[in-house]
Amino acid sequence: MTRLLALLFLLLSAPALAQNADPYAGLAGDGYAEIEAGVSGLAASGDPRAGAILAALADGRLLVRPADKALFIRQGGAVVDARTGAAAADAADLKPVKANNRVRRAIEAARGQLDLASPETGRRRAAADAVFKARDAAALPALDAALAREKDAGVRQAMTEARAAVLLARPGTPEVDRLNAVPPIQARGDGDAMGILRGLGSDPSEAVRAAAARGIAAIETRLAIVGALQNVWYGVSLGSVLLLAAIGLAITFGVMGVINMAHGEMVMLGAYTTYLVQELIRAKMPGLFGWSLAISIPCAFLVAGLVGVLIERFVIRFLYGRPLETLLATFGVSLVLQQAVRSLFGPTNREVGAPAFMSGAFDFYGLSVTWGRLWIIVFAMAVFFGLLFVLRKTAFGLKTRAVTQNRRMAAAMGIRTPYVDALTFGLGSGIAGIAGVALSQIDNVSPNLGQGYIIDSFLVVVFGGVGNLWGTLVAALTLGVVNKLAEPYVGAVLAKIGLLVFIILFIQKRPRGLFALKGRAVES
Amino acid sequence: MSPRSRLIDPKGWIFLAALGAFCVAVPVLNLVVPEGSGLHLPTYLVALFGKYLAYALLAVSLDLVWGYCGILSLGHGAFFALGGYAMGMYLMRQIGPRGVYGNPVLPDFMVFLNYKELPWYWYGFDHFAFAALMVLLVPGLLAFVFGWLAFRSRVTGVYLSIITQALTYALMLAFFRNDMGLGGNNGLTDFKDLLGFSVQSQNFRVGIFVATGVALALGYLIARFMTVSAYGKILIAVRDAESRTRFLGYRPEHYKTLAFTVSAMMAGVAGALYVPQVGIINPGEFAPGNSIEAVIWVAVGGRGTLVGAALGAVLVNYAKTVLTGAMPDAWLFALGALFVVVTLFLPRGLVGTAVERLGGRRAAAKLPPEPAIAPKLAEEGQGS
Repeated sequence: MTRLLALLFLLLSAPALAQNADPYAGLAGDGYAEIEAGVSGLAASGDPRAGAILAALADGRLLVRPADKALFIRQGGAVVDARTGAAAADAADLKPVKANNRVRRAIEAARGQLDLASPETGRRRAAADAVFKARDAAALPALDAALAREKDAGVRQAMTEARAAVLLARPGTPEVDRLNAVPPIQARGDGDAMGILRGLGSDPSEAVRAAAARGIAAIETRLAIVGALQNVWYGVSLGSVLLLAAIGLAITFGVMGVINMAHGEMVMLGAYTTYLVQELIRAKMPGLFGWSLAISIPCAFLVAGLVGVLIERFVIRFLYGRPLETLLATFGVSLVLQQAVRSLFGPTNREVGAPAFMSGAFDFYGLSVTWGRLWIIVFAMAVFFGLLFVLRKTAFGLKTRAVTQNRRMAAAMGIRTPYVDALTFGLGSGIAGIAGVALSQIDNVSPNLGQGYIIDSFLVVVFGGVGNLWGTLVAALTLGVVNKLAEPYVGAVLAKIGLLVFIILFIQKRPRGLFALKGRAVES
Repeated sequence: MSPRSRLIDPKGWIFLAALGAFCVAVPVLNLVVPEGSGLHLPTYLVALFGKYLAYALLAVSLDLVWGYCGILSLGHGAFFALGGYAMGMYLMRQIGPRGVYGNPVLPDFMVFLNYKELPWYWYGFDHFAFAALMVLLVPGLLAFVFGWLAFRSRVTGVYLSIITQALTYALMLAFFRNDMGLGGNNGLTDFKDLLGFSVQSQNFRVGIFVATGVALALGYLIARFMTVSAYGKILIAVRDAESRTRFLGYRPEHYKTLAFTVSAMMAGVAGALYVPQVGIINPGEFAPGNSIEAVIWVAVGGRGTLVGAALGAVLVNYAKTVLTGAMPDAWLFALGALFVVVTLFLPRGLVGTAVERLGGRRAAAKLPPEPAIAPKLAEEGQGS
């Protein structure tokens, strides 16, 4: 059986072999055309030395002795015989085999074919993809052979697609083969597949043209859906960033009613804490680097929370009931914090590294999903539900709600309201700090980090309805998704402006936000 | 209850007299006193003082809405910048063929961006009268529409502040776009002359300084006229108890919209006077931080006093000039601290506190009420 296959293989490779029965002779030949034929022949021959020889040729290390056309490879200082790999005894009077662009392309294709037989799944898959892109008919025999022995389903599929692409690109494929080649391409369903099917528009066979047209329609539908889903995904990702930035504000502004213009600076402090923790870990315990973000979370919470408590104790508590004055005072605090960080760390961006689990991307049914974004979404949700839990199910949350709903009654029940105020403000600030840990991964860690988020955060909280955590969640995700869906049509800046105008108009219509809390409070 | 206020009260007389003296002294020291003399005022200082006066007019316009109407606008910089852009467009058209590319109609940046003809909204800006009209109309119209929508929907307090901030932020993003046809990132600059006077010349500098001083005086008088009239009484009533005023049969949104619109026009004029003195207008003027900074000028001087707003603007900007020159790092610390200290310890500002000390209770009664320090959260039922 194996022999039969080998025979078939040989027969299929006949055109290449006919020119040069011995590929080594071709490589040692005088013209580029001969060298090119030699490269293709070597790849098809299945010679175990082929990989090393092609690599040498690509690097200009393949040498030829013009006298007897013997081939050698320079390895470091030594020279070995190309056919056997044994050290060459007599290696004088050598000159390198030259390659032009055609030859280099042939080398690329040939190495791709060799990789089809590689024991590593990843390399076989990459080789199949390369064949798909190149659509080189010369790869067909190697591809068929590889397909016959392939076990891995994913690689098999890639090879089937590659084979179909080659068959469709090669002149002279019988109609039935062309027709059979359409479904695998259609199943691939990406832009490349679309290009191949478009190319069939001038196919002589009507059946093939019809199949191609159906395939194009199917792929177009699929691509439109995937494109929309990809935008929704980006939107959810942006929404989770907005949620992270706004969620602390949902406590300080939403629950306590304090206009904290220094909220963005709490986020910034969290990001700088992450930077410091990472620097410390790099210097003292490099092994822990993968854990640096996890370690940063409690640190950022404590730093930002502590600063928050200090702001509450020294500034805000004198200004309760005077929201506009609070706004101005906290804006002043934000300027001081920005300048303090600028003086300490300098005005330039600081480098915060990403641990291994945050980097890279994977393909999810055609959607490209980066791990970093995915983790940020997961993290935003965790923070949100954690906060919800704290406010709803803990004694501290109960006291917070009691104080904000009816301060005097809460005081009468023995709750130390100033203490609760400070801690609640600290909680909101601390959560902003945690957000800073996540945002340090996707934004520049600079003293201006917070300014970019403050307006967005306020709009999210106001849009969602002040005092309503679920409203904040819905608002953040809605704004994120709408923004990303609009972006392909009008551009990023106009989408953002449109969103701002929309919120301004929305607040006119529903001044208390999307999910207003029921009540009959008349303002002032 | 209180007797009808005079149009110009004692502190108004002091203010107008000081302003008049300043507007006479600066030109004399610059033009008449010879250059070698120790008393001579260099021309760059004239431009600097002119800038302060433009800021003072912006502060007066802000005080009109914040001090007398309770509208804390965090977007007044937008009206200032729009007025500035209107003036900038006129100045751009005046350059004519003297630009780098020598195009008689298109400003340089349009030639650079391959514009074939002038966008429609640039028509008419070659006439000073039209540009001057736009300086008033564009900010006024925006404020009218925005204010009418917001006040009719009873958007008040911090919500209003936040959406005014969103407004100026959105405008900033829009003006940063090159497609806007207003110079994008770089804005409008490289001005040559205004009404035939070279903007670089000493005489022009002095002239526009005096013009700014006159505009400030007029702005003060208009604001003062509005606030001491019967209209002003209702305005103050709206500030102190909007719901109660509404229940008495007034329409607060009408009063607020009028004040907001006049104030925006005043800010536009301030911007228009500011641009020829600094020689550039760019989208950075829309930055929300600028608008908030203007609020602190008013707070330092004392809101609800008009005079204090002008004084605060000049003092804070003078401090900024000195500090950013001497210790650049310290300026933001100082400004930040100023915000905190003024709101905590000087809620009525310099002039308000002075009036309270010197004028007794009757004078102080006209100032905005000092809000209760005690937490009001419970009464307001916030967060419930």
